Amino acid sequence: MKREDLSGVAKAPAPDSVDDDVLLLANQVEKTYPNGTHALDRVRLKIRRGEFVSLLGPSGCGKSTLLKMYAGLETPSAGQIRWWGGSMATVNTPGRTLAMVFQEATLMPWARVEDNVRLPLDLAGVPRAESTARVDEALELVGLAKFGKSYPRELSGGMQMRASIARALATRPNLLLMDEPFGALDEFTRNKLDADLRRLWAERDITVVFVTHSIYEAVYLSSKVVVMAARPGRVIAEVPIDGPLLRDEAFRVSPQFLGYCQQLSALLVEANQL
Amino acid sequence: MTSPSSAPAPARRPLLANPHAQRIVAPLVVGALLLLLWQALCTAFEVPVYLVPTPSAIFKTLVADWPLLFGALLVTLRITFLAFALAVVLGVAAAFLFVQNRIVEASLFPYAILLQVTPIVAIAPLIIIWVKTPLPALTICATMMALFPIISNTVLGLRSVNPGLLNLFRLNRATRWQTLVRLRIPSALPSFFGGLRISSGLALIGAVVAEFVAGTGGSGTGLAYQILQAGFELNIPRLFAALLMITVTGVLLFGLMVTLSRLALSRWHESEME
Repeated sequence: MKREDLSGVAKAPAPDSVDDDVLLLANQVEKTYPNGTHALDRVRLKIRRGEFVSLLGPSGCGKSTLLKMYAGLETPSAGQIRWWGGSMATVNTPGRTLAMVFQEATLMPWARVEDNVRLPLDLAGVPRAESTARVDEALELVGLAKFGKSYPRELSGGMQMRASIARALATRPNLLLMDEPFGALDEFTRNKLDADLRRLWAERDITVVFVTHSIYEAVYLSSKVVVMAARPGRVIAEVPIDGPLLRDEAFRVSPQFLGYCQQLSALLVEANQL
Repeated sequence: MTSPSSAPAPARRPLLANPHAQRIVAPLVVGALLLLLWQALCTAFEVPVYLVPTPSAIFKTLVADWPLLFGALLVTLRITFLAFALAVVLGVAAAFLFVQNRIVEASLFPYAILLQVTPIVAIAPLIIIWVKTPLPALTICATMMALFPIISNTVLGLRSVNPGLLNLFRLNRATRWQTLVRLRIPSALPSFFGGLRISSGLALIGAVVAEFVAGTGGSGTGLAYQILQAGFELNIPRLFAALLMITVTGVLLFGLMVTLSRLALSRWHESEME
């Protein structure tokens, strides 16, 4: 999906009929753990190319489980997940690159930031000259160009998270999965990283699935919010978010923004009987 | 008995204000005071030299008997280093074997514990009967003594891998080999070096204890034999001198391991950071 217009108009949602555009499909996905926990109950969800989708819900609603299934780190007990219409085996072939950012930065403490960012490229056998160029580019994108030679412990929590995002971006992902990546950061750092992430998404052809339990973060970032409820984990609503493509601090206090927050809040309260 | 030279960290600029210098100077002062006290008490009460020799008498013997004692030290050191090297190679190999799968570990680990709980003095006579040449026999005894800490610490290290990083490697389709080299081995280094510290001392103790049990003379005898012999001859100053050499060797060995560990880990691991 091309997006020429960055001037403040929302991206047009992909037309429903074009199934080529469905990048992730969850079809009646169930997850029951051996201890009886019903983590996901018949989840049906389509995520289209170019969307920024947030999975929003309280603890135990299965949002992280669903994300791990998208990453191929968990398998459904029943139902199926399709990637670009195919199986997991088709993932990470050209044009179908998947990357994930975890709750914590999960950097290797013994490796310099640049070597951490290079890791997925090394594992995939990308030649050194190319990987160096891509690492530099990714570090530049997240504003860590000067910190390639540092060790992770020398960076603040926010900078470590940026390094973690750079590691994902270095693979030039078509699909980026993020599991509450900013949950452990203070609010100011989180808002800053949210803004950077939103711009990054707006500027390139990338589909993002973002797990969060913050209503504000979900509304600010997303083109669509998937509201989930717990016990059993299930999808209760999909709310498209309109609004400017490039969102600034003003958007955070706009009536439109607050309206969405109220709507999502009401949905969550109702579904979870809070 | 004093052997106050602790880990050899070079003192920097203002000498006594520097905590590093304090760590070295303070125990040296305590050692010197104790030696003075020892000397004074022995002189004042005219303790016979065959009961407790004065530090100065011990020192004189050390100088006078240096060729004999140094030759014995070399023999003991040779056994110690051979045994230590063997323990590292065998221990690491066993650890790698154990972490390959749980069944291998479950079936073999109890036998590794046998190594740890069997007193070396109890089996040394057997080994000396089976292996008639002294050097290999003593080396085997010392190796058995030094082996277990390497196995258990390396296994612990290879297992204590950050699960997030493990997921990252899975996500990027890392091979077993890549995961081992790039993730498991670096993760294991801190515990491995902990094992080295314990094991280096045990290799020395093993070398000395085994020689005590073997008790045979002949060519190429180590420090333990000198202690036994000095005991029979009531040459107590030489006994003390030999004892001193063993202790100093042990401390230097420990210092060497600390230095190795610092060189390998100081850039990233908490335990070795300033």
